[in-house]
Order: sequence, then structure tokens, then C-alpha cells
Amino acid sequence: MNTDATLIFEKSRSGRKAVSFSDYPYDGHRPFEELDQSLLREEPALLPEVSELDVLRHYTNMSQKNFGVENGFYPLGSCTMKYNPKINDEVQNFPAFKNAHPDQPASSVQGILKIYHELANHLSEISGMAETSLNPCAGAHGELTGLMIMKAYHEKNGDYKRTKVIVPDSAHGTNPASTSVAGMDVAEIESTDEGRVKLSSLKEALGDDIAGMMLTNPNTLGIFEKDICKITDMVHEAGGLMYYDGANLNAMLGKVRPGDMGFDILHLNLHKTFSTPHGGGGPGSGPVGVCEHLKEFLPSPRVRKHDGDYYLEETNAGIGRVTFHLGNVLVWIRAYAYVLTLGHENIKDIGPLATLNANYVRELLRDDYQLPISSYCMHECVFDGLKDNPHGVRTLDVAKRLIEQDMHAPTIYFPLLFKEAIMVEPTETESKETLDRFASLMKAIAKEAKDNPDVLKNAPQKTPVKRIDEVFAARKLILSYRDYLDYKKDDEALDF
Amino acid sequence: MSKVLKDLLYSDDHEWVKKTKDNVVLVGITDFAQSQLGSIVFVDLPEAGDDIEKDEEFGAVESVKAASDLIAPVSGEIMEVNDDLVGEPELVNENAYEAWFLKVKLSDSSELDDLLSAEEYEDISE
Amino acid sequence: MFKYFPHTPEDVEAMKDKIGIASVDELFQDIPEDVLFHHAYDIPSAMDEDGLRRLFKSLADQTTSYTVFSGGGSYDHYRPSVIDPLIGRQEFETAYTPYQPEVSQGTLQYIFEYQSMVQMLTGLDVSNASMYDGPTAAAEACLMACAATKRDKVLVSKTLNPKMISVVKTYLKTNNRTFVMVEEKNGVTDREDLKEKLDDDVAAVLIGKPNVFGIIEDVKSIGKLLENHKALLIENADISTLSILSTPGEDGADIACGDCQSLGMPMAYGGPTLGYLASKKKYVRKMPGRICGMTKDKDNKRAYVLTLQAREQHIRREKANSNICSNQSLMVLYVTIYMSVMGREGLIEVNKRSYQGAHALAEGLIDTGNFELAYDQPFFKEFTLKTNLNHDLIREALLEKGIFGGISLAPLGESYERLVTFAVTERRTKDEIDEVIDILGGLS
Repeated sequence: MNTDATLIFEKSRSGRKAVSFSDYPYDGHRPFEELDQSLLREEPALLPEVSELDVLRHYTNMSQKNFGVENGFYPLGSCTMKYNPKINDEVQNFPAFKNAHPDQPASSVQGILKIYHELANHLSEISGMAETSLNPCAGAHGELTGLMIMKAYHEKNGDYKRTKVIVPDSAHGTNPASTSVAGMDVAEIESTDEGRVKLSSLKEALGDDIAGMMLTNPNTLGIFEKDICKITDMVHEAGGLMYYDGANLNAMLGKVRPGDMGFDILHLNLHKTFSTPHGGGGPGSGPVGVCEHLKEFLPSPRVRKHDGDYYLEETNAGIGRVTFHLGNVLVWIRAYAYVLTLGHENIKDIGPLATLNANYVRELLRDDYQLPISSYCMHECVFDGLKDNPHGVRTLDVAKRLIEQDMHAPTIYFPLLFKEAIMVEPTETESKETLDRFASLMKAIAKEAKDNPDVLKNAPQKTPVKRIDEVFAARKLILSYRDYLDYKKDDEALDF
Repeated sequence: MSKVLKDLLYSDDHEWVKKTKDNVVLVGITDFAQSQLGSIVFVDLPEAGDDIEKDEEFGAVESVKAASDLIAPVSGEIMEVNDDLVGEPELVNENAYEAWFLKVKLSDSSELDDLLSAEEYEDISE
Repeated sequence: MFKYFPHTPEDVEAMKDKIGIASVDELFQDIPEDVLFHHAYDIPSAMDEDGLRRLFKSLADQTTSYTVFSGGGSYDHYRPSVIDPLIGRQEFETAYTPYQPEVSQGTLQYIFEYQSMVQMLTGLDVSNASMYDGPTAAAEACLMACAATKRDKVLVSKTLNPKMISVVKTYLKTNNRTFVMVEEKNGVTDREDLKEKLDDDVAAVLIGKPNVFGIIEDVKSIGKLLENHKALLIENADISTLSILSTPGEDGADIACGDCQSLGMPMAYGGPTLGYLASKKKYVRKMPGRICGMTKDKDNKRAYVLTLQAREQHIRREKANSNICSNQSLMVLYVTIYMSVMGREGLIEVNKRSYQGAHALAEGLIDTGNFELAYDQPFFKEFTLKTNLNHDLIREALLEKGIFGGISLAPLGESYERLVTFAVTERRTKDEIDEVIDILGGLS
């Protein structure tokens, strides 16, 4: 098994190189040492000195300690870990896209601008909005941008008292956090017992201080907010705007468009719904769509088309600039390839197939795991721990047992509403056989929980490291190689 | 079952208050609070000389996967902060009633009357 | 059937049977009838791979690659061949945020190595691994300083890249903070104006090094100015140049931030890149985003894990330091591999050459008589010249020869009307530099 956890710095040998330079014609001319000494660094940075093959082996070895979508089933709830098609990678890799400088004249980047414009239009069509900006770099960045638009809209109307955003208690943590960064206050409302928006709490929260409401639909429990039309009506009547958190849009493809449900602003996660790779946490892309009367507030620059030519419009009318340039270009190029590959004929099947898969898993596991929600789920299903659990095995133990069996664990301990939550999102790219095998592993784990709970509590055993001491990490705060060397100096007894 | 000491006063927010001498108290979090949080990794405290205001936030305690605000059970001026907790937050887990957070000079000693007795606190911390 | 959906008709039937439904539509019964989408999306029909390749080829053909003599936050540095094959490994590319650390040690270890390298280059104590790009990192640094000092005003030097200023302004405004611009004098931050504006409400001062003119500002003296002031010093430094230039730590900065594009990433028309953010240890709990720590597993073996999570949105919700939940991981990997390849001397060599090339071009252009140095200040790989030539003429003359450079600074305001900037990286050859001198020397 691959257990080498040596840092690249520890492989360093003085004088070893992974780069060579040919002669430089300006060598000797104007050496930087001519600069005032106080402008120069005192000691060289102690970067590693290794060979090219060292670098390749080091990082290849590290990759083998990871788990990717091509390694096996990755049922992380609320993350939409679908297959990331290779053709998307291939086409974003064209040198022309990678070599373009962001300040190049628009006439020289018509290809890139056309992709932006076309994809933005397709996303507007799929989500039922009037215009979409691809500038935001991630889902949370899209949320923040969307909230800035909400705020700017009220300010333009002179409605400065609208500073509160309604967020259901079941929302992802990013919703309240984005609200705070956007300089507004969170008005949290209670959910019903089955986890939906409680209309009476919503009614109570509404008032002339409400800027709007953020809602995920299907919500974070994986169920559809069936009162959605009432909710959007109530918020609109009170003068607020409706914000759609696109985290769970995958279930809705082919069935319903956020714009048609009455949402005014939304963000999409291209790294979820539109198959761009998660990259271990980034880079993502979080386009923001708005309805007709909010177009003017979109971030700068906007990509526009005139007489067949694409150009950038720098505008001060909107919220301003939220990124260096047009966001994560190579990410949205992949999403464009995805949309074109599927076409209108296939995109419409995503929601139904993802939902079929989730309900199938729900059905297969309901005898062994607690089902806290009685109705059908959408694209993901939630369980609340083991059903028959005489030895007090926890959801964490179930997850750790699963990850040593060639599958990634589902999302655990979210949604917070359920103490032992296990959230499974299979996505539409998984086959019946994969789901059957997942279910049989989960059922075997449920049986072990009764017969041999220690196997679960001691899991994982077959992974590069065993259960990790997170308390040690948080108390010692070894956050760099330098910290590690300092720490070792103080405490040689601890050898790792 | 978490521990509740007889001779201390308590707040609804799971803090204890111990009278030392005239108008000076020690403040910490209860055994119940530390057991709910799990292994404590960080205690964020104000500085000596700062004032705290009853029912207002004055700091936070963090475990690996949770964070809890500290709400002042009384008002007054902070005379001393327990710096040991900065390097060794685990002291709170080891003995919540020894690991005091603040030494406070009360600005209104009648606020002590609003606090809970050990018996009353036992009822809410079960 | 479609290639990304493995469901055979028999599978679908069997699954429906198991669930106990006659039609998949039954699963959607909670959606109100009047909002159901009954049409076909108005988007193109499905394309096969070959068609897609042809289409993207034509789009690539409508995107010109130039010999780049321009910077402004995006630099054409050498990218070692080992980067892309490693980045493209699906175990890195398709993995999620490392929430199950036992099967994510690869991601976690390279994040730890990245943090270590940023620590070394900035001379500060801690680094996160989360910012989208340079400008948003600067904006987050400002909000972090406001939280750390419990103050609301940020002084921003006018000598920063205007795109960065614009993003910082957007963030501060929405967060109900006060944005104050510090004027420029002789190409650097105006010390007198800074002193005047430095009152007790100031949370931080944001300075760039090198700045928008390519000038290496003397940040140390600003650090000294702030020594007895509660306001924090935020240094926006080109991280590559820190292999040579004094570190933010040496300059007395409390927080350093910037873009990492120059460390192994393609320019890619501006993204994706990565913003770095580093600070003194005492501010670590105010830092936004993901941070990785070294720890041990239950057998006392070395392991890595995300730590300090109690600062973050999924736990603190509206009280979190930031709403960030990306860790921009894959871009972190570019940096880590790049710096491992370049090593101690390579990164110095890159910057040494960029410095020399930039000075050669500047001297050559000045010698033509068409240009003079805009400011008598030390510069690095980017520089600003004053010229009477028409800026469009300069740009077009270069573009015609496949060269992109000589960006006009006229949009910055009246006093910058005659200024143009150039950037030179180690990739620019003597022939290319001579060609620029020839072309622009021949204009009048």
C-alpha cells in the first residue's frame, strides 16, 4: 500500500535540479543586485531542490492516495459528483484558449467571447432567466454576486431599509455566510417537521425590511418545496426578491425552470450540474442569472454582441467587478462542450434519471437505514443512521467502513436536521449495477454493525492512513513545513 | 451525567459564576457545555481591562466541528484572563470548573440574583 | 440511450418496479402542474465528439495567440512540461473537497506543501488555499483586516491595478465598509496623502508591489509608518518576484495577497487562477477559506487534514469569516508542482531574466527617442514609459506583427494620458525584444 507521506522538502538535495535554462543574451546586463539592498530579500526561499523524475514520482504517488470519480462510485449528497467527460478536457486544452492574455483586444478573442455568449444564453434558457453572467468563480461567489444584485436593486429604488435576507434553517451554510459578506442580515426561518419551508414562519418574517429570500429547491433535504408558488408570491408581495441557490438544479433539468417558479436571481454550479471537474474543491464556476428587470445590475464586464461581433462592456451601472476578468474561462469552456454534447434531447433526461437513481437507492436501503422523510426524494435521499443498531454504531463509522471498499462515502452529518444524517446523491451517470453494489455494501455494513461492530469502529484499515486525529491538528496548528520543523525541535518524542 | 457544583451560580447559556471576594467573580463554562462541545481546541477571550455586558457575546469556544459563542452572565470589568487556556484549551475538558475563563469585577452585583442555583441548572442541563 | 446515461430500458423498468411506480413522472408529483416545463429547451441538438472537435477548432481559430509583452496581472511565464500531465490525473482533477481525509491524502498533502511554499516566499506565518484570484484575495484580505481590527475603513493605493481596485471597491461597498483611495505621486503611493488619511478608523492599508506601473514600491517605509498604528498593512505582491524582492514579512506587512497565475498557470484569458493569502499567525482565526494542517492517524503515522474549520461557513454560518467554500485546489497543485520544478534557483533565474529583459527593452525603447521613462523609480518585469506616439498606433503596429504589448494607461485619468506599459518575462527572446524596439522606433 502507498503510505509515503514524505514532503517534497524532505526529498530535497542541495544542487539538484528539475529545470534547465539555455544561455541568456542579457546575462550580465543589469543584474537585479543593482537594486537598493533594502528592496531585496535577505535569505533565499528554501524551495525544494529535486529532479524532474522526483517531481513526477512524488505527485503521482500522491494522486494514488486520492479517490476520483473514475476510481469508483462517489455518492456525495449535495455535491453532484457526476462523470466529468474527457472531451470537455480535450477542447479546453486548445493552446489558443490557454495562451490568450486577458487584455487582448476583443477582436482577437472572438472564439472565447462567442463561447461565453452562447453558453450564457443556453444557461439562461435552461434556467428560465433573461441574462446570465459567467464571471463568478464558484457557487459561493455566485451567491455573493446575486446578493449584491439584490442589494443594488433595492438601493436603486431608494429602499435602503431592506437589509434582511430570509434563509431557511435547513439552508447550506454558504447562504447565511454570503448574506453577511454582502452586508445584510440573516432572518432565519423554521422548517416544518418534514423539512420544508413553514409558511407561517415565512409570513411572520416578511416585512418592509426584507430584501429577499434565498431558497434551494429541491431543498437541502432533497425534497421539492411544493408550496413554491405560494412562497414566491408571498415574498414578491412583500417587495422582496427570490434567490435560487442552484446547488440542486440537477434534479430539475427537464422538469421545471427556476425562472418559471418565480425566482428573480440564481446561481448555477457548473462543477455540479454541468459536469466540470471539482478539482479537489476548485476551481468551480458559479454563473449568475437574473430576470429581465435586473439585467442592468449584472457584474462588469458583460459580454455583448453587435452585428455578429462580440465585445466587452465595462459598466458602472451594475454592482461593479467581482473578478479579475471573466471568471474561470477554462471551466466554462468545458461546460459549453457538455451542453452541446447533450443537446436539448438529452439534457431533459438528467433530472428524471438522477431522481430515479436516488429513489432506487432509497428503496434498496430503507430496511437497514432510518428514513426520516416519508415522501419520494428528488435527486438525493437522506437516511438518519442505522435502523437496527444495538451497539451504537455511528454514521461516521459506516462512512469509514465504506471508503475502504472502493467507494466514496455519502455526505454525512448534513443536513443538520438529522443527527446521524447520511445523504446519497447517485447522479444520472451511475448504472443500476453500481447502485446495486453500493446497496449491497451498505447492507453488509448494517449487518456488521450488529454482528461485529468493532470492524466499523476501527475502520478504515485499508486506506493510506487510518482514522485521523483532528483534535491534534486543531490544537497544534502545524500549517507549514516550517511549523513542522519548529514543532519537531520542541517535541522530538513525537516522530512523524 | 455531567457534573454540577453546589456552590456555584449558573446561566442559561451554560456558564458558571463563582464568587471569590467582594464583587469579584470567576466565569467559566459548565461541565455540561464542555461535554456537548467535545474536545475543545480553542478559546477566544477578550483582554484584561475590557468591559463585558450581561447577555452580550464576549468570546467563543471552538471544538473541531463546532463553535459556540460565550455570552456574559454578568456585567463588569475584566480583571484577568486565564491565559493558560490559550496554550492548553484541553484544560476545559479536563475540569470545566477549574478552567476559569475570566476574573470579573462586577458593576452590578444584583445581577447575581438573576442567575440559577445548582439545582435549577441541573434541571436544564439534563 | 445516451452515452452518459447507462440506463437500459430494462434497468428503468426494474427500478420503477422496485420503487413501486408506473412512471418516473410520479416522482415529481410535488411540482405544481402550472410550472412544469413541457417544452423542448431552445438549445442546439446533441453533437458527437468529432463535430465538437471541429467546432472548438474553429473557435480556437478565432482566438489569436500573440507574443505577449503585456502584464497587468497576467504573465506569460515558462510552464514546465511536467505540470499538465500531473494536473490532468483524474485522481486530482475529479476528486471533491477532502472531507474524507483517509482517501484524500493526495489533495491534502499538496495543499500543505503549497501553504509551506507560500510561507517561504512571503515570509509570513500562515497561508490558506482558497482564493479565486488576486483581486478577490485582496478584497478578502481587506475584510479580514476589518474583522481583526474591528474597524471599517480601508485605504487603497491608487497605484494598484485598476481591476483589483474595482473588485476591492465592490466587496467593501457591499460589506458596508469605507473605501478610501490614497493618491499617487511620482509613480508610487503618496506618503503625505497616506499620513493625512491614516486616522483611528483605518483597519488596513493596501499597497501593491510591484505596482500598476511595474515600480517596486518601498513598502518597508510604509510598514514603518504603520508600526505604531493599529491599522494592518496588506501587501499585494507578485508572488513570483518574492524569490528576489524583500518579503512582505520583511516589509512589515500583516497580510500578503496576490495572484498565483505567474506560478505555472496558463493565462487562459484571465482564469482560472488562484489568489494567495498569507498572514501573521495571530490573525489565523480571522483568515477565510480552507487551511490544511499536519497531524497523525491513530497509529501515530503522519497525516494531513483540513483544520480550523470552526471559522468556516458550514459551521459558523452567518458568523463565518467568509462565505468561501472552494479551496481552489487544482490551481494550488499547479503552484506546488511549478515551485518543485523551479526549485530554489530556478525561480530566482526566472525573475532575474525577466528583470534583465524588461530593462533591455526599456533602454532600447528609450534609445529610439520615441519614449522616456515615466517615473524615476526602480521597476521589475513591467515598466511604464511616456510617449507622444498615438497609443492605438503603437498597439496596432505591434498586433500586426503578432505582438501584444504597450498597454495604454490613459483610462487611469488625465495625468496618465501619455503613458504605456510593457511587461517582459524570461520567455521573451532577444529577437522578440529587438523586434519591438524596431517596430516602435520606426513610428512617428
